[in-house]
Amino acid sequence: MNLHAIKVIYKFEMLRAWETLLQSFASPVISTSLYFVVFGSAIGSRIQQIDGVPYGTFIVPGLMMLALLTQSTANASFGIFLPKFTGTIYEIMSAPISFIEIVIGYVGAAATKSFIIGLIILATAGFFVPLEIAHPFWMMSFLILTCISFSLFGFIIGLWANNFEKLQLIPLLVITPLVFLGGSFYSIEMLPAPWQSVSLFNPVVYLISGFRWSFFEVADVSIGLSLTMILLFMAACLFVVWWMFKTGYRMKK
Amino acid sequence: MENIVTISNISKTYAGGHQALKNLSLDIKRGEILALLGPNGAGKTTLISIICGIVNATEGSITVNGHDIVSDFRTTRRMIGLVPQELTLGAFDKVINTLRFSRGLFGKKPNPSYLEQLLRSLSLWDKRHAEIMTLSGGMKRRVLIAKALAHEPVVLFLDEPTAGVDVELRKEMWTLIRRLRESGVTIILTTHYIEEAEEIADRVGVINRGELLLLDAKHSIMHKLGKKQLHIELKLPVKTVPEILSDWHLELSANGSRLNYTYDPHNTHIDIVGLLDALDAAGLQLKDISTSQRTLEDIFVSLVNETT
Ligand SMILES: Nc1ncnc2c1ncn2[C@@H]1O[C@H](COP(=O)(O)OP(=O)(O)OP(=O)(O)O)[C@@H](O)[C@H]1O
Ligand SMILES: [Mg+2]
Repeated sequence: MNLHAIKVIYKFEMLRAWETLLQSFASPVISTSLYFVVFGSAIGSRIQQIDGVPYGTFIVPGLMMLALLTQSTANASFGIFLPKFTGTIYEIMSAPISFIEIVIGYVGAAATKSFIIGLIILATAGFFVPLEIAHPFWMMSFLILTCISFSLFGFIIGLWANNFEKLQLIPLLVITPLVFLGGSFYSIEMLPAPWQSVSLFNPVVYLISGFRWSFFEVADVSIGLSLTMILLFMAACLFVVWWMFKTGYRMKK
Repeated sequence: MENIVTISNISKTYAGGHQALKNLSLDIKRGEILALLGPNGAGKTTLISIICGIVNATEGSITVNGHDIVSDFRTTRRMIGLVPQELTLGAFDKVINTLRFSRGLFGKKPNPSYLEQLLRSLSLWDKRHAEIMTLSGGMKRRVLIAKALAHEPVVLFLDEPTAGVDVELRKEMWTLIRRLRESGVTIILTTHYIEEAEEIADRVGVINRGELLLLDAKHSIMHKLGKKQLHIELKLPVKTVPEILSDWHLELSANGSRLNYTYDPHNTHIDIVGLLDALDAAGLQLKDISTSQRTLEDIFVSLVNETT
């Protein structure tokens, strides 16, 4: 394995985030704060507690997930799309590295960025609502697994996209609706019965449910199921990336 | 001389069905400067891209220093540096950072003093903290060269290194290429400029339509194909070449005021004096005499024309 290569890829991706600090880190914080103002304060005051948790507190895990999923996907897809777009990918393709180094470098950096964003949002939330975390270990595990698997997902999008439009398409058409309909701002038990069943086909439900459980010990689905789902998703993404590199999909001619 | 790169029966058909390389074989010798000449679309970039791992060959195999470029790609790619044809660089990156990146990517641990020396040798040291987009085209090309050399490769591919480069910079580039060769780097460059090949290459390969038409030492190409011409300006133009001169196979030009005699300068039986005597005997009066030699350009043009 070419450790130097992993190191420079990771470092350069992080450097880029650092140089665009405001965009990378400040914007998710600002948008999260706005959600708190709108959902937490304005609407939350009219909603009763959900499963014994005050509404403002209840939405914290969902808000974090919303940011993590969009940020991971956006960061990782952009990270690999950019060299494809500018043509500098020639260097990566001619380097003595395999998909392992490339994935660890790019996905690792994107996941680190969204991990930091997740922590910043958590801290921001602490200013607005009282927060207690029942299972810090599981909270961190879910956080990290989510960052990694959705960065992998974003990486796939970045490899697949051959224009800017496609790059934005999936986050807009898939990620955002799935997160909003995945119980970020409500418990799926609040939905009418048929929609509850439909929701179970939404993978994000399992993520948010498990993550929320690590905070409040309340969940829509069992924690084991949540964990299994996210690991399955990650494995599927890894397989797709491996396949893409093996066949040179949209990279090698 | 020992071969460092061995290309065996490489064919490439692109997804669209276009065959860019046709069963091409070529050995590159350790320490040489090999120039690949060929018109647009000949397959030069395709060949280089295959050796570097950017394009997959449809058929055939390549070894670098005895290692297969597919099964042992980690070993071969560490030895290779590539300067691409296009100016592909991250616009916002700083010069020094992109060099560190390239070096690491190719598996070398950081070495600031080597990078400093490299940047100085390319007159880029003052620009090390500049963002790429603020550099001129010639500087960008040098940054690409620096990136390709950042991991101290032993084989360097330069895909049209002097395209869009002014005369002075081109000369600097040639000096740089020679210096690299002296330090033991094997250099393969593609070019459209015949003078370039003539100036710096040890061997010249001519590619057209995916086939290697010719590969030989520059001097023996000139030797084999480099016929000389003797131009004889006449005081009074003639309509036809006089009958008694038919053995000399002269050619009439410039409205009958010039006779051209094509000969091989390496042929010891050539008798220029005899020709002059014959001209005299034919009653032709000479105004002036000059000679010219076919350049690689002429050779190249006639080779390419023969195959199209
Ligand atoms: N990605 C591609 N897909 C399909 N055809 C391609 C691709 N890249 C190159 N070709 C075709 O392959 C042939 C050889 O192209 P190549 O770039 O190797 O030529 P070249 O000798 O480098 O030309 P130039 O001097 O213009 O750079 C051309 O006909 C070109 O159109
Ligand atoms: Mg080319």
